[in-house]
Amino acid sequence: MYDRQVRRRRVTLIVLVVVSLFLLTIYFGEDEGSPLHSVQRGVIAVLSPIQEGASRALKPARDLFGWFGDTMDAKKERDQLRAQRDRLLRQVVDYQAAIAENRQLRGLVNMRSSYDVDAYTPVTARVTFRNPNNLFRDTIGIDAGTGAGVHVGDAVISGSGLVGHVSTAAGNTSIVTLITDQRSYVSGRLLASQDLGLVKPSLGDPLDLQMSQLPRRATARVGDVVVTAGSISDRLESPYPPKIPIGTVTRVDAEELASNNRIHLSPIADLRHLDFVQVLTGGDDADGARAQTGP
Amino acid sequence: MSETNWQLPLRLAALGFVAVIVQIAAVSQVTIFGVSIDLAPLLVASVGLLAGSLPGAVFGFAVGLFVDLALVQTLGVTSLLYILIGYAAGRLRELRDPAHGLVPVFVGAAATAIATVGFALLQFLLGVDAPVSWLLLRQVVVAILLGALFALPVHALVRRIVEGALPDDPRRRRRRAYTTGGLSPLSRPSQGSR
Repeated sequence: MYDRQVRRRRVTLIVLVVVSLFLLTIYFGEDEGSPLHSVQRGVIAVLSPIQEGASRALKPARDLFGWFGDTMDAKKERDQLRAQRDRLLRQVVDYQAAIAENRQLRGLVNMRSSYDVDAYTPVTARVTFRNPNNLFRDTIGIDAGTGAGVHVGDAVISGSGLVGHVSTAAGNTSIVTLITDQRSYVSGRLLASQDLGLVKPSLGDPLDLQMSQLPRRATARVGDVVVTAGSISDRLESPYPPKIPIGTVTRVDAEELASNNRIHLSPIADLRHLDFVQVLTGGDDADGARAQTGP
Repeated sequence: MSETNWQLPLRLAALGFVAVIVQIAAVSQVTIFGVSIDLAPLLVASVGLLAGSLPGAVFGFAVGLFVDLALVQTLGVTSLLYILIGYAAGRLRELRDPAHGLVPVFVGAAATAIATVGFALLQFLLGVDAPVSWLLLRQVVVAILLGALFALPVHALVRRIVEGALPDDPRRRRRRAYTTGGLSPLSRPSQGSR
């Protein structure tokens, strides 16, 4: 009895395997129009309405299970998109910073070609820090020092105008005292009238520059440009090269001009948004004295 | 053939037909971690575990052939694999008769592994030009884990459907004994006292 069962089981197994292999071999070697393919097409034709009905009937269940998968996929996709957004945001910031830097560097190049600073060796430097308390001491740090030929007293310019001068120089860093620092004064010249004066920041409002010690009959109008005088006279000595723009006249009070010989300017250089500056080095070494003109 | 002898094949045929239709129409369209759930190997393994090697192998052959026909695949590939799954699960029951509740989980995982890896191997043998990549291996592993996950519910469902139609089902044997005038096992003399 047991042997018969075993024999029947084995025979059935062998028959099933042989039939499967036979079907596989025949089907694999047949073309599309062969009997097995025809049978398969017939079965599909019969099953397709059933499958369609089942598919419609089971759609709610499928959607329910799909919802879990979709939710997980959506969460994963959300995380990926957030990471992508952050990456792109960083790129945009980098691009914008690069564009701003490029604009400032172009300004520096144009500055050199526009103004007579050929006697100097410009050293381009990046602004590394800024004095947070700029009401009295308005200074910035730059990443160029004596190693790059920077010396105390060298003039510092930006792409649009005068920035200040080097007040401290170390190996690879320097401190620049801006023209808005309370210790700073610059000999300036009104371009329109060629009148000379001394440019200093107002107390309490560093971005409001005062041009004082003007001649009694000086004339000035709002919008006039004031440039460095490059004077070497004892009265208005200037460490800066001549004709570098300092500021534009913002206010001319007739009484103030008559009594105190003073007008008000606004710095041309954007001193609060500096990223790059140029230090004009080597003037003294080249000529023995700065390229300066008499008053 | 008596009515009781027809019950198991009829139930298995209905089970196989409905299960393959549901698998194709709904279950295979649900993906988890990028892998579709395949209930057919679990079904065949459960039938083998519950009904034995011969019903398991025949059921595997039939379900595999139906799957190949319905999915327009090379005839014989799936049936060959499912014969192996059904027969092996049945032999495990006949030789070891495992009673642990987690046996269907391991059998389901093994059945899914045989179906997935075997199908891939046969496709390679038949000339499907596909590179073996880490992605493929990852999908195989995920499919096996999903098979293990769904093995218990599928086994419970199959047990519920074939229950009472199995040839050596203890409940049926007991019921037949009472209805034909036999004594209760408690009042029946033991084998050793004869």
